[in-house]
Amino acid sequence: MGMTLTEKILAAHSGQGEVRPGDLIDCHVDFLFANDITAPMAIKEFEKMGVENVFDPDRVAFVFDHYVPNKDIASAQQCKITREFVSAHHLPHFYDIGRSGIAHVLLAELGFVAPGEVFVGADSHTCNHGALGAFATGVGSSDLAAAMALGRLWLRVPESMKFVFTGTMRRWVTGKDLILKVIGDIGVDGARYGAMEFSGDALKQLTMDERFSITNMAVEAGAKNGVMEPDDVTLAWVTPRARRPFTVVRSDADARYADVRTYDVSSIEPVVSVPSSPGNVIPVREAAGVKVDQCFIGTCTNGRIEDLRDAAKVLAGRTVHPQTRLLVIPATPAIYRQALEEGLVQIFLDAGAAISTSTCGPCIGGHMGVLAEGEVCVSTSSRNFVGRMGHRGSKVYLSNAAVAAATAVAGKLVHPDEVVGDMVPA
Amino acid sequence: MAIRGQAHILGHHIDTDVIIPARYLLTSDPAELARYVFEDLDPTLRQRVQPGDILVAGENFGQGSSREHAPLAIKGLGVSCMVARSFARIFYRNAFNVGLPIVECEDAHGHTSEGDALEVDLATGQVTNVTRGEVYAGTPVPEFMQRLLASGGLVGYVRAELARKRT
Repeated sequence: MGMTLTEKILAAHSGQGEVRPGDLIDCHVDFLFANDITAPMAIKEFEKMGVENVFDPDRVAFVFDHYVPNKDIASAQQCKITREFVSAHHLPHFYDIGRSGIAHVLLAELGFVAPGEVFVGADSHTCNHGALGAFATGVGSSDLAAAMALGRLWLRVPESMKFVFTGTMRRWVTGKDLILKVIGDIGVDGARYGAMEFSGDALKQLTMDERFSITNMAVEAGAKNGVMEPDDVTLAWVTPRARRPFTVVRSDADARYADVRTYDVSSIEPVVSVPSSPGNVIPVREAAGVKVDQCFIGTCTNGRIEDLRDAAKVLAGRTVHPQTRLLVIPATPAIYRQALEEGLVQIFLDAGAAISTSTCGPCIGGHMGVLAEGEVCVSTSSRNFVGRMGHRGSKVYLSNAAVAAATAVAGKLVHPDEVVGDMVPA
Repeated sequence: MAIRGQAHILGHHIDTDVIIPARYLLTSDPAELARYVFEDLDPTLRQRVQPGDILVAGENFGQGSSREHAPLAIKGLGVSCMVARSFARIFYRNAFNVGLPIVECEDAHGHTSEGDALEVDLATGQVTNVTRGEVYAGTPVPEFMQRLLASGGLVGYVRAELARKRT
């Protein structure tokens, strides 16, 4: 009996010829990281473990992205703890304000994760990196501390579910819509403890930016990891970036899946998750008309260059509705620079959007765009739980970047066609 | 080991944002976190929970973020044990790692009322509703997790592993 991509990576990293779902394994970790919120707690646990050094300084990164630039004294104190640890342990991969970006986007961009690897992060959206054909999963701070000490982590081998996308996508439909559609179907615990493997001809037509937004949200269905087999698009993206030699791993033809679901993407429209669960998914047209106070384009899910290009297609020559505000946050400095060079930043400024340095701030209701009681936000992020972006009486709709941009122009939730018309934008 | 306490009933799919909102993640002190725990779910809950009480939830408790602050805040409130139909995976690991006992039990939620006296056996996963005189079968804590708990949680486990490596 063959193994899935996830099982093969975990077998290779636990010194076993074969693993099966349910097996508990002691797994070698290729790379790990923590952010400004999770690192201080990991450092505290690491120090309790009586360890002098991290297992390999070249395989550990710290990325400041949540409460940066620091919003108050408490967040500044948290960052100081990590800076001091990095300095004391001479850790080379530290990304501080100005050079930092949203960790999942930044670390992939900088080549810290490659196909076939095991990547662990103290942040739930670490599953993002599965788009490269790696096993990537989020853990808490204590687990991260243990992995930092041992270079290993105990894991339960997940059962795999397969999602096959076929057909041709309609205009304004993105990878974000595909993953929201899946979560809407299987529910927020539909893949609990499991691996979500995405495949199919429609997937092969997607760029890496769109693929990342799919695996990024695997955790929103409860999954341990989301993963895709590498293809030519993956290799063209990762080969010039990867810092280590890597081995491409693919699922065996006779691998076993707990479930296989096929989607004809040509029947999928742009969708939104309505408050207050990522699993409440309906077509944008069915939610159209809701008055919106704030739109937010950014995050590890949709703060990449293609998201900004989609937003700019809608915003070019238009302005944000007077009763609505638009925030645009490129996920990394490189994406910000590219948006500048392509003239996208000019389009956002002309439209009346606020543009910020990279931060997770608004997505977690932390800073840089917190919602008041009764306010409604359309956001390209991944979670719309009660109080997620601010007051517990505020509401969040999750969408792709074009829908958020069109909504900002209309002042109410709309399909991008309603703003742009039927003309195919340049 | 049996844990005894009064039940408080929660719903399904309780996420980490309502357990402890991100705006309070600037400390890892359990007592400080407990001041804000469940604020966006039910601000009165933390006043009603007495030290030793047991929380009983439905499906997928702890979905969302990897924040270890979530089980830590519940522990800081003095909760002795959590029983749920199921736990989200990162919360499940984090709870063990911070020493918050948790048990997966299908029937406790739905049969237990607010204030019922419960007795939870961690080894067998069995939940006894003393008030109603009912017994609900649960999932035993996996052997590996029991070893983890026996070696003093994750910190103790890593210490033992490192000692083994040195010899």
